[in-house]
Amino acid sequence: MAETMTNGSSQTYVGTRTIRPDGADKVTGRARFGADFNLPGQLIGRVLRSPHPHARIVSIDTSKAEALPGVKAVITRADFADQSSEFIPAGEMMMNYKDVVRNVMAREKALYEGHAVAAVAATSAAIARRALKLIEVKYEVLPHVIDVVEAMQPNAPLLHDDLFTVGVEPKPEKPSNIAKRVEIKQGDVEAGFKKADLVIEREFKTAPVHQGYIEPHAALASVSEDGSTELWCTTQGHFIVRAHCARLLGLDIGKVRVTASEIGGGFGGKTVVYLEPLAIALSKKAKRPVKMVMSREEVFKASGPTSGATVRVKLGATKDGKFVAAFAELKYQAGAFQGSPVQPGVMCAFAPYDIEHVHVIGYDVVSNRPKVAAYRAPGAPISEYAVESVVDEIAKKLEIDPIDLRMQNAAHEGTKAAYGPKFGPVGLEETLNAIKKTEHWNAPLRKWQGRGVASGFWFNIGGETCASLTVNEDGTISLMAGTPDIGGLRASLAAVAADELGVPYDKVRPIIGDTGSVGFNFLTGGSRSAFSGSMAIVEAAKQIKAELCARACKLWEATPDQVEFSGGSVRPLGALAEKIKPMSVADFAKVAGKTGGPIGGVGRINAQGAGPSFGTHLVDLEVDPETGRVTVLRYTVAQDAGRALHPAYVEGQFQGGAVQGIGWALNEEYIYGDDGKLQNAGFLDYRMPVASDVPMIDAILVEVANPKHPYGVRGVGETPIVPPLGAIANAMESATGIRFTELPMSPPKVLKALKDKGLSRA
Amino acid sequence: MAKHHIEAMVNGDAVEFLCETEETLLDVLRDTLHLTGSKEGCASGDCGACSVMLNGRLVCSCLVLGCEVGGQKIETIEGMATGETLHPLQQQFLKSAALQCGICTPGFLVASKALLERMPNPTETEVRYWLAGNLCRCTGYDKIVSAVMDTAATMRKG
Repeated sequence: MAETMTNGSSQTYVGTRTIRPDGADKVTGRARFGADFNLPGQLIGRVLRSPHPHARIVSIDTSKAEALPGVKAVITRADFADQSSEFIPAGEMMMNYKDVVRNVMAREKALYEGHAVAAVAATSAAIARRALKLIEVKYEVLPHVIDVVEAMQPNAPLLHDDLFTVGVEPKPEKPSNIAKRVEIKQGDVEAGFKKADLVIEREFKTAPVHQGYIEPHAALASVSEDGSTELWCTTQGHFIVRAHCARLLGLDIGKVRVTASEIGGGFGGKTVVYLEPLAIALSKKAKRPVKMVMSREEVFKASGPTSGATVRVKLGATKDGKFVAAFAELKYQAGAFQGSPVQPGVMCAFAPYDIEHVHVIGYDVVSNRPKVAAYRAPGAPISEYAVESVVDEIAKKLEIDPIDLRMQNAAHEGTKAAYGPKFGPVGLEETLNAIKKTEHWNAPLRKWQGRGVASGFWFNIGGETCASLTVNEDGTISLMAGTPDIGGLRASLAAVAADELGVPYDKVRPIIGDTGSVGFNFLTGGSRSAFSGSMAIVEAAKQIKAELCARACKLWEATPDQVEFSGGSVRPLGALAEKIKPMSVADFAKVAGKTGGPIGGVGRINAQGAGPSFGTHLVDLEVDPETGRVTVLRYTVAQDAGRALHPAYVEGQFQGGAVQGIGWALNEEYIYGDDGKLQNAGFLDYRMPVASDVPMIDAILVEVANPKHPYGVRGVGETPIVPPLGAIANAMESATGIRFTELPMSPPKVLKALKDKGLSRA
Repeated sequence: MAKHHIEAMVNGDAVEFLCETEETLLDVLRDTLHLTGSKEGCASGDCGACSVMLNGRLVCSCLVLGCEVGGQKIETIEGMATGETLHPLQQQFLKSAALQCGICTPGFLVASKALLERMPNPTETEVRYWLAGNLCRCTGYDKIVSAVMDTAATMRKG
């Protein structure tokens, strides 16, 4: 990587481990998260939720609740106008306002246990809770369906009588729970499989898992008599919240100002609205601010997990290990409304490999579960887990080293991905090489220990982004971005701004502006915020540098070719340099009023060229044959970051994604009873990894520059959750000889499998 | 029923407050005393985001009732720094990038401080088991565990 990246910038801070500018607030308890905001006169809002997984709502009587002293507003479906069916892109997912309005507040039917049915605002939490008990809802309980395969059966209980499968010919005459069939095709798989010496076909099942952010959803709304609306909430995208709330409540977007609080984790789960429109509707009715915070149980029951799925994979290879044909069929749960991440699941399934003949089919299926939300590389971990398991099996059967087999088939620059594009420079081969070179790869293993490897892919996105830089009177810099900082964004952007303008890092103060302070920003998601945000900052800095050069020309009576911006100053060139001293950004700041007024720049971009990121994970684990418990012993991640703006926070993404993946592979799952009710809606029974469950996660930064980004950056946040599921399943096979095809590989399942094979006497 | 009148010490300051019987210490800290550094992640003692010290003992403040703390000494994240000087753990968490979103950070810091007061030279395993009551979903714990061990080493040197 060259020393000088863009015009006149230095590389002092980019690529170093600076202290995050929001750090002091976050280690002292001063940082304000969603539930930490309060307003004078605020009421407390609470939601009444359906106890039934599927029921027609015959009537709702709120009169007794409204009569309770201290209750200031009650809302139900009657307070939300219906929305027409219209699909709009929502990050990596699609959404339909007709469904969104029904998800935030049930209309005709309650479609899952925990579905919001009414909400109240009262002068205290205790009164709000009492009021909920006074709301009389008459339900006609309907048969429910939880499992994705059962939901696809012709006689399954039907969630929506107007849902006709899209993507099949002829158009179905009857509605079903299958919302959509999607497909990608490349070459001729039938012909391809004929060339194969070995074909492995297997079916896999994964359980729905929750994003598991530690901070529950929270919102505080205040609506004035003139309709001006203020909202503070924890979200990955306050501009998106604004758009959704304005649409659902019939408000002008310009009248709604949304401030994103600090966000206590999201992982995709905070890209949609739940409480926000309810808080606004309650505040509008009560004429007082309304604060709403979900309990953990509500988070589990009523906010989006990701899909559980059934996946069938068929992969053919020649005897020397060349993949010749690949087929997969994916059935993804969408929850109560259509819109599972099956499309990206389909596109990612075989993306790590250069295969001539590929055919992938996906089904988006509704059932009586909470509507899924995005979860870190939505859809990809599921399909790639299945594919990576089969790749491992092929390696074993053909007696080829699993890294060599992947290397032989790896996607590289010029590979045409089955989902469409031709890859530019990508780093899969580099991550495989990096893993192979580790001491870990050759370390000895004992009995009941196993080692697994898997690779993973995610697209990454760019998108609409605005960020501004303002040169203050003393030469310090105010940086404003509009994408919530979920894991060190401010540090990365401040480093870029400091290098671009040649000012010290601690003279740049980055803040996340509200929707009224900075231009439109798409949300923090798709691994886009550092990628796109840094591009916008480069653009803003470019404007400032051009402006300062223009001012220097006026002050020095010079022509543009006689000045240049470098090292934080405008410098005179040639003969001029002998007479005139360079002027720094701070020097210009002092005379701004006399040289043309305030100095600043705004990057308004639609960021393109997000480079995909590939990663390869290596894991060692040990199985306890007495209990079926699996302990992860050692873990190494290698991933292509393009260029790590802040290496420590990039490593943090790798490590955090790996551990989320460990949870998905070994423990986490939504467990339903026959009654269609969630049985483990709490952190004790929904078992996420704790510190004593995992080892250190070694992180190897691979940097294959993304040529479309001024610093070479690729998004890094999502890819790390893709390989762990396959890597762990492959390590389980290595430890036990058993190919596990169902997640999570929890102790009861592992123990049963060991007993069935006569491997455990427990 | 009338509210309870409670007097206690919080971060060295005498405080008095009124609370309902069912209000937890966490509710009192956050809603009555406006000390919102302690977070509610679960309200069931499973996530540790509300960790505080009660008479020198590490507790989840969501599992303690406000009316139980009369005459007792409570230390929260807001009392961890001394004047303008951050506690060595706070400094090391920043240096090590041991936080991403930061919601669990106050709980981890309070719990880690309690550990180092008892065990100035913990092994990695001891750190991991001591912190097993604190959930973090962002970091995978790697940099948190390193930060605690590095702080312990620094503090041992004095």
